[in-house]
Amino acid sequence: MKNKYLKIFIIIFFIFSFFIFYYGLKQKDLYTTENSGIQKFPNLTLHDFFTNKQTSFEDILIDSNYYLVNIWSSWCLPCRDEHIYLTQLKKNSSVKIIGINYKDKKNNAEKFLDEFGNPYEYILNDKDGIASIEIGAYGVPESFILNKQKEIVKKIIGPIDQKKFKTVLKIMKNEN
Amino acid sequence: MILNYIGNFALFFCLILSSIIFFTSISSLNNKNSFFKRNLNELLFFKFFFTFLSFFSLVILFINSEFSNETVLNNSHISKPLFYKISGTWGNHEGSLLLWLLILTFCAFFYFLKSKNRPLDERLLTVMFQELIIIGFLFFLLKASNPFNIIFPVPNEGMGLNPILQDPLLAIHPPILYLGYVSTSIVFSSSLAGLMRGNINNFWAKHIKSWVYISWTFLTLGILLGSIWAYYELGWGGFWFWDPVENISLMPWLSLTALLHCILVLEKRSILHSWTVILSIITFTLGICGTFLVRSGILNSIHTFANDPERGLYILFFLFFLIFLSILIYFIYEDKFETNNKNLNFYSKDFSIILNNWFVMYFLSVILIGTIYPIFLEVLSNEKISVGPPFFNKLIIPFLIPFLIFMSIGPNLKWIKNNKLSNKLNLIFIFILSIVITIFVYRFYSSVALNITILLAVSFYLFFVTIKDFAKKNYKNYSQMFSHFGFSLLVLSILMNSIFSNEVTSNMQVGDEIKFLDKNIKLQRLENTKEANFLKLIAHFKIEDKDKIELLFKPEIRIYDKPETITSEAAIKTDIFRDRFLVINLVKENDYLNVRYQEKPFMIWIWISAIFISLGGIINIFKKNEK
Repeated sequence: MKNKYLKIFIIIFFIFSFFIFYYGLKQKDLYTTENSGIQKFPNLTLHDFFTNKQTSFEDILIDSNYYLVNIWSSWCLPCRDEHIYLTQLKKNSSVKIIGINYKDKKNNAEKFLDEFGNPYEYILNDKDGIASIEIGAYGVPESFILNKQKEIVKKIIGPIDQKKFKTVLKIMKNEN
Repeated sequence: MILNYIGNFALFFCLILSSIIFFTSISSLNNKNSFFKRNLNELLFFKFFFTFLSFFSLVILFINSEFSNETVLNNSHISKPLFYKISGTWGNHEGSLLLWLLILTFCAFFYFLKSKNRPLDERLLTVMFQELIIIGFLFFLLKASNPFNIIFPVPNEGMGLNPILQDPLLAIHPPILYLGYVSTSIVFSSSLAGLMRGNINNFWAKHIKSWVYISWTFLTLGILLGSIWAYYELGWGGFWFWDPVENISLMPWLSLTALLHCILVLEKRSILHSWTVILSIITFTLGICGTFLVRSGILNSIHTFANDPERGLYILFFLFFLIFLSILIYFIYEDKFETNNKNLNFYSKDFSIILNNWFVMYFLSVILIGTIYPIFLEVLSNEKISVGPPFFNKLIIPFLIPFLIFMSIGPNLKWIKNNKLSNKLNLIFIFILSIVITIFVYRFYSSVALNITILLAVSFYLFFVTIKDFAKKNYKNYSQMFSHFGFSLLVLSILMNSIFSNEVTSNMQVGDEIKFLDKNIKLQRLENTKEANFLKLIAHFKIEDKDKIELLFKPEIRIYDKPETITSEAAIKTDIFRDRFLVINLVKENDYLNVRYQEKPFMIWIWISAIFISLGGIINIFKKNEK
């Protein structure tokens, strides 16, 4: 490798990769859809968790400035940590929280709600996980913040923690 | 409780010992008179001993179910069988890192013991690099993932080990895989040391060869075990999914395979010095890179998220520290390579090895790009994509064809130069034979794509050529023959498997019957039983084929309570021609079962061929010891 340019290129390449990974780590689970154009939340029809009635998002996404669609499951441990913040959100803001119960057993999910409380306005059932894929989820837990026009304002991959909780509150205050 | 402190302090002691060894090796380099090697040997042993003590304390904590320890609390519970209490030690992030460190310190100790015929300064430099790696991991362990965090007040019961990890295969999979990964660190350190001292030559190759064989063999076995586990336990009905985690384990294997061949050429011909060093660096850094990608959670796969960004950041810095260190050393010392202008002849073993090394590097880059490109794209453009099997199949399969041809012909050529191919007729005859067989297969099953058909022909070619080599009378290179034979068998069985697989999926209730090909599948009854740590639902199936031969299948669904998880245990009947695979799933809120029945030809041969491949490595390790 006598070529000087090759050496410089290799070093620059690795520095570049380092920063890519660095930012990949920093930003990976919180990103806005602003850059890639506004996305409308798909209008799916699912079964209601409690009544088992066919329910579409058109019917339940009404009368609020903001909605939070949260994909959760009783077997998912991070969902337990997240639940406190959802309860807080319900108390402290006017956001309407809609749950999508992902690949879960009804008994377990009910136990989960009994134990940790139910912050959800509606819960829809996604027992085979297909709806979550159509929405564009990567895993559980995951949350989407929608505005009045049912556009996705923010997508949160992974559990909502203290920091993300504040971000969520901020979004609502800013745009109100 | 006391064991928590013992384990923790043993680790601190290791850190101190490591620093002492690091500085001792540097000072002895400058002033060789001050060196007495007995001392260093003992220090290395003590460090190994203290890591062992720490690891042992963690094992005892797991056995006693002491939930004062955070790692035990999160990954164990009282009613778990003893075997899984022990294997649970390395079934989690913290414990597995401790195991990693244990093997790392053992390798350092063992290397110094076994390298007495090498120049002292090379050994010292190797130990120095090794200590650098060990110190890096010790810091990581103590700072970001300490396995001895104490919880107070002590909880009564733990959270339990993830049931899909409660499998005998997965208990031995990590240690074996780690042995493979970690021993590449010795190759890495030693090649850097050799580079700095201008020692990279055929003698060095001969010395480091056994380490390459050891790590290659363990890595092969480790990947095999992981793949078998995915097949039997996950119940997905396959053995390889091009999942990021799988790709990450395959990449070091590929570069290690290339390195193994390079070392052989270096030993015989004294060429490919730079190839060897670069591949040693790539292999080890890819291993660390894999740790980074898996443990930091930067890769997206459909699993629950629970990562610590601090961990990812730490490994990232460590990884790039090692990369820049090795690049720097390489650029500074590359002039020290022995220069030679040996010509390469097209008809020689060396040439086909180099050619195939380029192919391996190509496969490696395809997998690397397929795995990390989504990360790059996401950071640069906020777009999320996932790269799946079609990408890898399209880019890899066509290039496997020339690769397999060179792999068949190469070993039949001589080193340096071959003016006339001695057994040319044989090779041509076998080539015609494999084409005939392929045409036969093609006519029998004509919906196969063209590139697959050609691939089938060349893998038959390699298969027959290696069989012919077994019958050769004069000198035999058994390890090469076994590994190459195994590889041809692997490609063949994977191809057959993908061409001839059949499956049916249906929802069934007790008493239902479905038809599949010429068979009748009947769900006879359901049975509930209770085991030590889970509830079991067994479904009894009867499958009857056209000759009225009956087979009973008993797939299970297991419901674990800590943590509450449902797993499916597939019922698999294996014979030498095919696997019959039946798996059931619960359909929630319904009283029927989802049933999937698959017939997968030559499944067992995939495992057997991988065993053949690693057998080649094992033979070489023992051959070395005999001398």
